[in-house]
Amino acid sequence: MSAQQAELEQLEAALLSDIAGAADEQAIEAVRVSALGKKGSVSEKLKTLGAMSAEERQVMGPAINGLKNRVAEALSARRNELRDAAIDARLAAEKVDVTLPVRQSPAERGRIHPISQIVDEIAAIFGDMGFAIAEGPDIETDYYNFTALNFPEGHPAREMHDTFFFSPNEAGERMLLRTHTSPVQIRTMETQKPPIRIVIPGKTYRQDSDATHSPMFHQLEGLVIDKTANVANMKWVLEEFCKAFFEVPSLNMRFRPSFFPFTEPSLEVDIQCDRSRPGEVRFGEGNDWMEILGCGMVHPNVLRFGGLDPDEYQGFAWGMGIDRIAMLKYGMPDLRAFFDADVRWLSHYGFRPLDLPTLFGGLSS
Amino acid sequence: MKFTLSWLKDHLDTDASLAEIVDRLTMIGLEVESVDDKAALKPFVIARVLTAEKHPDADKLRVLSVDTGSGDPVQVVCGAPNARAGLVGAFAAPGTYVPGIDVTLSVGNIRGVESRGMMCSERELQLSDEHDGIIDLPEDAPVGMPFATWAKLDDPVIEINLTPNRPDATSVYGIARDLAAAGLGTLKNGAVAPVAGEGVCPVKVTIEAPELCPGFALRLVRGVKNGPSPKWMQQRLIAIGLRPINALVDITNYVTFDRGRPLHVFDTKKVAGNLVVRRAKEGETVLALDGREYTLTPDMCAIADDNGVESIAGIMGGEHSGCDETTTDVLIESALWDPMATARTGRTLGIVSDARYRFERGVDPEFMVPGIELATKLVTELCGGTPSETDVVGYAGHEPRVVSFPFAEVKRLTGIEVAPEESRSILSRLGFTVADAVEMTISAPGGLAELMPSSGVHAVPSGDRVDVAVPSWRPEVDGKADLVEEVMRIHGVEKIDPQPLVSHDAVNGRILTTLQIRTRAAKRALAVRGMMEAVTWSFIPARHAELFGGGQPELKLANPIAADMSDMRPSLLPGLIAAAQRNADRGFADVALFEVSGTYEGDRPEQQRRVAGGVRRGTAKMEGQGRHWAGNAASVGVFDAKADAFAALEACGAPVDKLQVEAGGPAWYHPGRSGTIKLGPKVVLGTFGEFHPKTLEALDVSGPLCGFEVFIDAVPEPKAKATRTKPRLDLSPFQAVRRDFAFVVDKGVEAAALTRAAGAADRKLITGVRVFDIFEGPSLGADKKSVAIEVAIQPVERTLTDEDFEALAGRIVENVAKQTGGVLRG
Repeated sequence: MSAQQAELEQLEAALLSDIAGAADEQAIEAVRVSALGKKGSVSEKLKTLGAMSAEERQVMGPAINGLKNRVAEALSARRNELRDAAIDARLAAEKVDVTLPVRQSPAERGRIHPISQIVDEIAAIFGDMGFAIAEGPDIETDYYNFTALNFPEGHPAREMHDTFFFSPNEAGERMLLRTHTSPVQIRTMETQKPPIRIVIPGKTYRQDSDATHSPMFHQLEGLVIDKTANVANMKWVLEEFCKAFFEVPSLNMRFRPSFFPFTEPSLEVDIQCDRSRPGEVRFGEGNDWMEILGCGMVHPNVLRFGGLDPDEYQGFAWGMGIDRIAMLKYGMPDLRAFFDADVRWLSHYGFRPLDLPTLFGGLSS
Repeated sequence: MKFTLSWLKDHLDTDASLAEIVDRLTMIGLEVESVDDKAALKPFVIARVLTAEKHPDADKLRVLSVDTGSGDPVQVVCGAPNARAGLVGAFAAPGTYVPGIDVTLSVGNIRGVESRGMMCSERELQLSDEHDGIIDLPEDAPVGMPFATWAKLDDPVIEINLTPNRPDATSVYGIARDLAAAGLGTLKNGAVAPVAGEGVCPVKVTIEAPELCPGFALRLVRGVKNGPSPKWMQQRLIAIGLRPINALVDITNYVTFDRGRPLHVFDTKKVAGNLVVRRAKEGETVLALDGREYTLTPDMCAIADDNGVESIAGIMGGEHSGCDETTTDVLIESALWDPMATARTGRTLGIVSDARYRFERGVDPEFMVPGIELATKLVTELCGGTPSETDVVGYAGHEPRVVSFPFAEVKRLTGIEVAPEESRSILSRLGFTVADAVEMTISAPGGLAELMPSSGVHAVPSGDRVDVAVPSWRPEVDGKADLVEEVMRIHGVEKIDPQPLVSHDAVNGRILTTLQIRTRAAKRALAVRGMMEAVTWSFIPARHAELFGGGQPELKLANPIAADMSDMRPSLLPGLIAAAQRNADRGFADVALFEVSGTYEGDRPEQQRRVAGGVRRGTAKMEGQGRHWAGNAASVGVFDAKADAFAALEACGAPVDKLQVEAGGPAWYHPGRSGTIKLGPKVVLGTFGEFHPKTLEALDVSGPLCGFEVFIDAVPEPKAKATRTKPRLDLSPFQAVRRDFAFVVDKGVEAAALTRAAGAADRKLITGVRVFDIFEGPSLGADKKSVAIEVAIQPVERTLTDEDFEALAGRIVENVAKQTGGVLRG
């Protein structure tokens, strides 16, 4: 080994040691300048090549260039090392406690009232059966609420409705709060020719208040009028509805004769259920019958009041309590709580805003 | 309506079990409300005390050896003073539930002596309050027999829930008739034989109000001996919840239930002069049999004598002329009373009686006279005496209603095929008279007329149509549909198989109206903003209504259920604010509630509005409420309400980019922190804001509180679309840029005016203007503020040059200066 080569080796050892010892970017840069800068130790060595003989250059050329490459590589490696260490240090410093709670999405916090949800469930089912949704005013006339529905003037059945009245106006007309959604039957017949297939959800009012009665409550009325609709069709519609609504594959229903002024024949409907578990009702099983709705063939007089000939047109109607079927399906014990707006109750019994009842996705989740 | 099984079997010959009867009753429309089968009394058997020894360790107790009729004698420890050898009583074995003491017996050990059962008192069996000793039966009572059977206490009691259209089923006889028609036995003959009378009834009756009293039968029975009625009658009355009084009164009650024929008995000696049926005089009073005094009015019917009112017609007799043990001459009344007048009187006076229950439904007019005969028969049988002839006044007889009935009507309305013979038979069994209808038919050429050339018009019986005469006990039946119901309920509703209602369309389309869709969308949109949907009362306190622009006389209930539920709400806000406060009072101060429902501007249908309203209280902001490590929620304010209002409007499809917000709102809001949302100059779509301190004070609530109302029925109906295709989307290839400007304007200048002015500088290039900073400070002057805006610019034809931008900026500054007086902040 020549002295020059020994010198190179010495230089390399010194430079590599400097690189390894460089503690930061600045130190690395200083080493780079001292070795590979214009006047750096390795650059100076490269400059000596020009004065060498060809034989000498053949030996020293690769030796010096090799040195240059190794130093450059070592510089780069050390630089990466330092950069990684710096990132690691920063990341370590940036650590947070990911168990800290985040705010709940408002879409998860908000609630839809059970009555609205049930109305949407009902709309989904009856929409599938080809029914439209109809509505009518809460403040009604005696004519629409009673007379046109075949409640004769002065008949005790009127009194059974515990009606809220307003004071008579100058014309002597006394408005009232509708006691059922049935006035919409007449309003619909007045404006729409058969075939009629509607369901009517809405607020209704009676002077009554306890755990299962409220002065304001919600009813769902149904009306089918065409030239053939009969009790057998009515049974089918109501059975299909109840199965879909209570989300059970089968459900025993009992239709028994009853009386309503606006239907003839009239029937009341019980559904089979099991109430043996406290606070829980199961449908489609058990030994109890629970009354759920009233129905019947539209009374000929009601058809006449609606402007239809009862010998040409016929149909059926039914009514049920929305609050009541909500209580049955979802197990709320007290009707009064529906109207109290207690956020604890709403949060528990209410529905998430994005829980949209559909038939394809299931009525309830 | 209550009755017992044995009572029913007085009129119905049947082998059917109790369960079968109960089932059938419900299925033919006589809904069984409850059945008391007296099973609780079954375990008690008649037993004889063989020996009774003093208890070795207790002076008042005895150790009995009891023969219960099965197996060895049983040892019973008994404390009753009448417990003695030879006594026959009612025994309960261990395991028996004793209702009167609410205890299930077990084998006991009383002071060292084993006791295997109990000899019971009447109170322990809940037969009476008697508890001085154990039941002491006659010597010959059969040991081992169930006590209840021997004492005829095991007669099941059935209660049915009668619908108002079934006056005929207010009697045991009528119920038996229905069951017989439904095939559950044979109806026994219910004809009543007249009882011969001697001489005319000396007390006369005059009907002065025939419109209230279509008939009156009166009869005197002289020389009766009144006292307790026989045990069988008492037991039946007790079983259905009536208290036996005396034989004469019990007979009237018995006939009321047995035949649905209410009666009244007067003690003749207490009646002054003759009877008159008349309208009561204003303020006339009567002490009724329930011991209460009632004040009558002229729309009530009374039976009066020379002393005044003796009875409230069809509802309750008077105390004064009532029968007691001293009565020797009894006047029996069997009358007809107008149903509606009876109902009205009963309701006004608040009297619920068995007579009213029947008369307001309609009592069989044809049984008025048989009813008095039956009563006379029972009176003479049970109390002796000599009856007079019956005096019948005012009764014109009953003309049955005849309904022309095509049998095909059954199939048309119910969907089930019932053979005409079956329909005919059902109607006949129910007491309807079915006659072949004779129909006039005009024959067509080539038909029957050719064979009977004398006439083209023929009277021929038609096999598919009958004339049905309605029995006198079914006043509600007056049309074809009623007869279909009769056939259906007796034939069996359960036999009607469901038949699909065929859908008109294979795929059913939209079923909701625009308003319904918007109602639904508004609810979901507000709930998504973290609000909870409330349903509050439609009626609110009058002063709340007045505070929110309501309280009109036509919206005040004449008969509110409570004083603070008197007025139809003019706004959703008072109810929601009250609800928020209720929650705060329960410890939940941060609540966000909304409601989408009706408010009332008047009593006409079109004056019922559809409104979405909401309130936020405390720190219930959309992002979250209360304290949080990453930053506490601030108090809610006008901008939270504004955001809610716009979210609801946007969900309803309102053109939000065309809406204007004007400062200020209705009086219940904070005048400087509220706004009104308008579409054009006239259409108000909503209001929002914080509330006026006076509003909060008047409602007795505390804040922070803000709220909004959006009138979703005022949002214009969307235009019908010819296509569902969305408008073409043009995406500019040139880079979008943003430029910031800060303007110094007068404090009163509205931000919206400034952004509008900036945007109007170039409607093609400027795609948005956003306010990002508001600054007020002494450096600007007391009446100035700085508004910083960011203008979004989208070049469409080419990349903009510096000169282009300068020109655009110039136009923006110029327009803002012109519209608002603002100058670019230096």
